[in-house]
Amino acid sequence: MKNRGNNSTPRSRNRARFNLRGRVWLIVCALGLCSVSLIGRAAYVQLVNRDFYQREGNERFVRNIEIPTSRGMITDRNGEPVAVSSPVESIWCDPQELLKYSDRLPELANALGEPLDALTSRITQRAEKEFYYLKRRISPDEAKKITALAIPGVNSKREFRRFYPQGEAMAHVLGFTNIDDRGQEGVELAFDEWLRGKPGAKKVIRDRRGRIVENIDLVRQAQPGQDLTLSIDRRIQYLAFRELRNALTAHEATAGSAVVLDVATGEVLAMVNLPTFNPNSTSLGKPDAHRNRAVTDLFEPGSTAKPLTVAAGLEAGVITPASTFNTSPGWMPNGKYRTTDTHNYGVLDTTGVIRKSSNVGAAKIAQLLANGQFYDFFRKMGYGQSTRSGFPGEASGLFPAPAQWSGTSKQTMSYGYGIAVTPLQVAHAYATLANGGRAIQPTFVKGERNEPKQVLDPVIAGEVMKMMQTVTEAGGTATQAAILGYHVAGKTGTSRKASGGGYSRKYLSFFAGVVPVDNPRFAMAVVVNEPSQGSYYGGLVAGPVFHNVMEGALRLMDVPPDDIETWIAAQEKNEAKHIKTLPMPNAVAIPAGLSGALRAALPEDLH
Amino acid sequence: MSRFLLVVLLLGSIASAIGVVYARHRHRLLFVELSRLEKARDELNIEFGRLQLEQATVAESNRIDQIARLRLGMKFPEGADVVVVRP
Repeated sequence: MKNRGNNSTPRSRNRARFNLRGRVWLIVCALGLCSVSLIGRAAYVQLVNRDFYQREGNERFVRNIEIPTSRGMITDRNGEPVAVSSPVESIWCDPQELLKYSDRLPELANALGEPLDALTSRITQRAEKEFYYLKRRISPDEAKKITALAIPGVNSKREFRRFYPQGEAMAHVLGFTNIDDRGQEGVELAFDEWLRGKPGAKKVIRDRRGRIVENIDLVRQAQPGQDLTLSIDRRIQYLAFRELRNALTAHEATAGSAVVLDVATGEVLAMVNLPTFNPNSTSLGKPDAHRNRAVTDLFEPGSTAKPLTVAAGLEAGVITPASTFNTSPGWMPNGKYRTTDTHNYGVLDTTGVIRKSSNVGAAKIAQLLANGQFYDFFRKMGYGQSTRSGFPGEASGLFPAPAQWSGTSKQTMSYGYGIAVTPLQVAHAYATLANGGRAIQPTFVKGERNEPKQVLDPVIAGEVMKMMQTVTEAGGTATQAAILGYHVAGKTGTSRKASGGGYSRKYLSFFAGVVPVDNPRFAMAVVVNEPSQGSYYGGLVAGPVFHNVMEGALRLMDVPPDDIETWIAAQEKNEAKHIKTLPMPNAVAIPAGLSGALRAALPEDLH
Repeated sequence: MSRFLLVVLLLGSIASAIGVVYARHRHRLLFVELSRLEKARDELNIEFGRLQLEQATVAESNRIDQIARLRLGMKFPEGADVVVVRP
């Protein structure tokens, strides 16, 4: 390299060389700085903030998807399904995608059965969204027709809907679920977590269109919803529903409830209310049809409280089964009111007080008891506190403490006015009497055994049962509740409904009973609200319901009769009228091609 | 000697790398198979639920009651038709 134009001295040559080296060094330093900063940035991204960037990268295509679970089935005590989840499809669309193909909207509107402009306006209103339901919860066949059109941006998603095969008969006990498959009322609500299960989660890779390309990993195992077996017997439930409906129609009553309890275990075998609703329909129906009146509605127990008053007296020792009470002239004063009987029954013994349903007799027994004794007894029989059966919305009833009583309170309470109870509490109290004084908390789940609590001496409970047995025999108030071949113990009640500061001319008819007396199996309470046609007495309105339902229940559960003598006597009396013979069965044709073993197993005369 | 060791280690390294690939591939195949079977199981469960629902609807007490009484003319055996057998 010739520095011809360079007039520099060796010293200036040095300077030039120094300048050149300086510039080179400058460039080297600049480049070095850049590369250091690049390496630093790379180190920062890769080592320091690694997780953040990796997460950001994954978020572009890796998703955690929920694994859905189906709701558990509810069955009755015999395994028959009463609430089943069935798959339905929901059509959803991606408005951003769909609006690109707006020429296919008329087709879509036709398939959905909607006017085109309504559909278009709906979709364009949500044009920036990526997910929008077009039609929820339609049957899978209808959904298949829509997805067969293959309109881009329109997909279907599977959801589940609850169906109730028993319909109205079991509506109140089961309740229903809402659109998100959450229980809203009844057993569906009470056991919602058990039935719902927990959804799982899995990691997947999705493409831009939302389709799953690859399953990476299972994050969380799904716990499916578990099945629930109720203590309710579907057949007894239907029987109670049918008979209650017949009684309501015959007497033109506005409402009614019936509860059947299993005495030995406290399980609820049937619980029915009218008016009722159809849980399968999406419309709500009448608002007051949804209440489970058997556990939420309160009524004054009236005469059904008298056996408890008698039991309280026997337990306190102030009366015996042989004590007598003079009820003439058929009324007695109570402060500024009167306690009256329907007739002047004269002198009654303890059994007579129950058999004739004498208010005066009950009042005289209550007078012999201390306030505390009376109150404690009724409390331990379950009145005035929650039955704790687990049903949502259960009422505790009203039973004021002695401190809040006025001078007339105890006397009216002795024959069931001034306190408020639910039909379930009445059935429970009678089941306690039937179970030898052992109170068991009622339950809706089959096999749930709650600890029995001895609240009453078994001897006294037995005595009261024997007294109640006379109610259904001749001379009692509920002969229509008697069942041929069985001893029935029970008590009728006819109470006036309270309204506006006094009592109206509307009545409540009820009957609560236990059958069979010798080895009690069922306790049933029937309440009929405002019977307006024909009679309104408990024995005539509610008694037949008890008779019909219990007769069927005893037969269904194979309960042997404890009074077979009466049955045979009645049969012999009717024998003379019974002249027709049972028809002989026709010859049964054996199908050809029956296997040899099966043919050999058939009885001789059918071969 | 050291060269021999080097070759052995290299081959071992390659073998284990192939092993990793193979294991990953098998995992993916099995996971796909598992998902398929789980889906089939869910479908069968749903079908079972649907059939049970159908059976319960057809066997509903009210319907059987109507059919028995009206179409088949059945009735309860009356007291006189019952024969009491005692041991």
